[in-house]
Amino acid sequence: MRLDPILSKATVGSAGETGSWRNFRPVVEAEKCSGCKECFYYCPEGVIEVKGVARIDYRFCKGCGVCREVCRQKAIVMVQEE
Amino acid sequence: MQAKSDCDGARGVRKLLTSNEAVAEAVKLAKPDVIAAYPITPQSPIVEKLSEMVESEELDSRFVRVESEHSAMGVVIGAATAGARVFTATSSHGLAYMYEMCWWAAGSRLPIVMALAARSIGAPWNIHGDHLDLVSLRDLGWIISVAENAQEAFDMTINAFLLSEEVNIPVVVAIDGFTMSHTAEVVNVRQVEIPPRKQAYRILPGMEVALNAVAFGEARMLARFDLARDLEESAGLIEEKLGGLVEEYRLEDAEYAVVVTGGLSGDVKDAVDMLREEGVKIGVMRLRFIRPFPKKAVKELPSQVLVVDRANTDLRGVLSVEVAACGVENKNLVAGIGGKYPTVDELYSCLKRFVDGKLSDVEWLI
Amino acid sequence: MILPGNASCQGCPIAMAMRCLDEIENPVLVIPAGCSTVIAGLHPKSAMKCPVVHVPFASTHSVACGLSEAYRKLGVDATIVAWMGDGAADIGFATLSASATRKDDILTVVVDNEAYMNTGTQASLSTFWKAKTTTSPTGKTEEKRNLALVMLAHKVDYVATASVGYIRDLRRKFRTAGKKDGFRFIHVHTPCPPGWRFPSEKTVEVARKAVMSGAWILWEYDGKLRISPPSEKYADKSKRIPLKEYLNQGRFAHLSDEDVKEIERKIDEEWDLLLKFS
Repeated sequence: MRLDPILSKATVGSAGETGSWRNFRPVVEAEKCSGCKECFYYCPEGVIEVKGVARIDYRFCKGCGVCREVCRQKAIVMVQEE
Repeated sequence: MQAKSDCDGARGVRKLLTSNEAVAEAVKLAKPDVIAAYPITPQSPIVEKLSEMVESEELDSRFVRVESEHSAMGVVIGAATAGARVFTATSSHGLAYMYEMCWWAAGSRLPIVMALAARSIGAPWNIHGDHLDLVSLRDLGWIISVAENAQEAFDMTINAFLLSEEVNIPVVVAIDGFTMSHTAEVVNVRQVEIPPRKQAYRILPGMEVALNAVAFGEARMLARFDLARDLEESAGLIEEKLGGLVEEYRLEDAEYAVVVTGGLSGDVKDAVDMLREEGVKIGVMRLRFIRPFPKKAVKELPSQVLVVDRANTDLRGVLSVEVAACGVENKNLVAGIGGKYPTVDELYSCLKRFVDGKLSDVEWLI
Repeated sequence: MILPGNASCQGCPIAMAMRCLDEIENPVLVIPAGCSTVIAGLHPKSAMKCPVVHVPFASTHSVACGLSEAYRKLGVDATIVAWMGDGAADIGFATLSASATRKDDILTVVVDNEAYMNTGTQASLSTFWKAKTTTSPTGKTEEKRNLALVMLAHKVDYVATASVGYIRDLRRKFRTAGKKDGFRFIHVHTPCPPGWRFPSEKTVEVARKAVMSGAWILWEYDGKLRISPPSEKYADKSKRIPLKEYLNQGRFAHLSDEDVKEIERKIDEEWDLLLKFS
């Protein structure tokens, strides 16, 4: 029996490269970042990795701006995409 | 996929059972892992019997007392998804209430067995038998078998587990409400051994897959096509190993044929016997399955065909339309709606008028 | 459990909550129709790194029950998570109630965005009084149902409310519930940027203001009902932020001062009722 039509497989980017949805790009100012992980916990997309400082995977970041809002150090700025 | 001892050979115990009880005895042999049901007349004795078996530990199953038929089908879908053998039963409004989930069962390609004590669907309220509930399952992608008596209810239920797990399509076994569900007959309760559960897939923790995610375009259509094709092709297996799609009664030399399904078939056969005694070459084609529909057999019917229906679609009966869709013109008698069961004499007189060319295109035996 | 690049909207609170599923071991998700269906991925892709069983609306808890019963019978270890929106909790309420009454081994998460968002923001039983939706264009006339309290009345082992504004509290509740057996229920407040009409970066702020104004109360029951730490101080009315700060959303833009006062009164009533259980 052909199962493909009813089963789906786990895939990064199930909705494509969602970074293309972005109007504003969150940029981490590394010198201000304390590495507290607040942005990591709240990022809806799960595209922030914190190893010392926060790093954002722009391939999938949709640019919602939640990370900037929750950052206690105000270390993230939103920059208009070209 | 056949049970080790099939229909004729196996030794059994002769018991006086209603069709409801016969179904329960067959389910016991299948040893389902999970049973879920909500009571409804005239089906309730099936699941009452099964819950007794579970509580007395005759049967090692989980019996889930759900709050609705929608949930009964939901539970068996969930359990089947996990790889469990499952059973449920319903009737009439219960089937209507679980209708959404019956679609989901078929679309998910899960082996599921359900008994249906066929009963009228209101309004007005009526608890008695007809096939109005049964025919509502035709478009879903279920295999639909219809028993004639308690023995066949037993046999078909066992076969339903084998068939469903072989082709990954849910199977319903219909018995007529009250005239079969509550009528005791002698049944040979064969002690068959049913092979372990098999199915095309099951969902287990750790798997990185989603079942039945939103599928636009081709995938949806492919799934529907596969189901339709596999259902159609299950006819081969049924013909070869499970007693066939139809029973032919005195049809060999017949010039006239009556098409019928379910318990009413016995009365039609009696009426046919009366006409045979008068020298009329008439026989019966009893449909043991209405999905897959026995198209091949129907196309080979003699030229004069009468279809006796217990459910209508418009003025015409449902089976009459199905037979016509095979290119077989037929006269149609709609009878036995809501338990207004025709007598053999009434059937005889309708058949007589059919043979004499006096029956209208469609008649309701009210 | 949720992979990046999924179909959630910008600032989606449901995606935020789904990330917290990492706290639960061996999950098998059952997801009825709703935003979560779409977020979890469209065929042939799945956004979840765990099994997902997609099901019709009202069947969430029946299918979840079937999975749970079957795994138990077959000796498979799993945590069944019934992950549903407030819409599914409405249409599937009888089934939810039956499942809780049977004490099925299911962890239920209701992500409550206070309307039927996936079909275009129609009012649900969870929609806030006076909130504008597409089926309550001048404001909803009925009050929001307190689903978690209703579930508490089922005498189940674990009931909690949570909020995406307090993600560590939410994660802790997922972790706690994930380790328990039996019927567990977590009601998560998930402010929805497009549905409530606020900018996508404000999801966490709005969620927090709901708690800080007392409009959403975080609590936990595991034999005893306790107000959760983020909500504790708001039992004292004087500590709450002005309600208007929370109501600063498009769906409430039409409220009069009297309406706000009336909502404050309703919030006080809700606290009074809840504190009677604690």
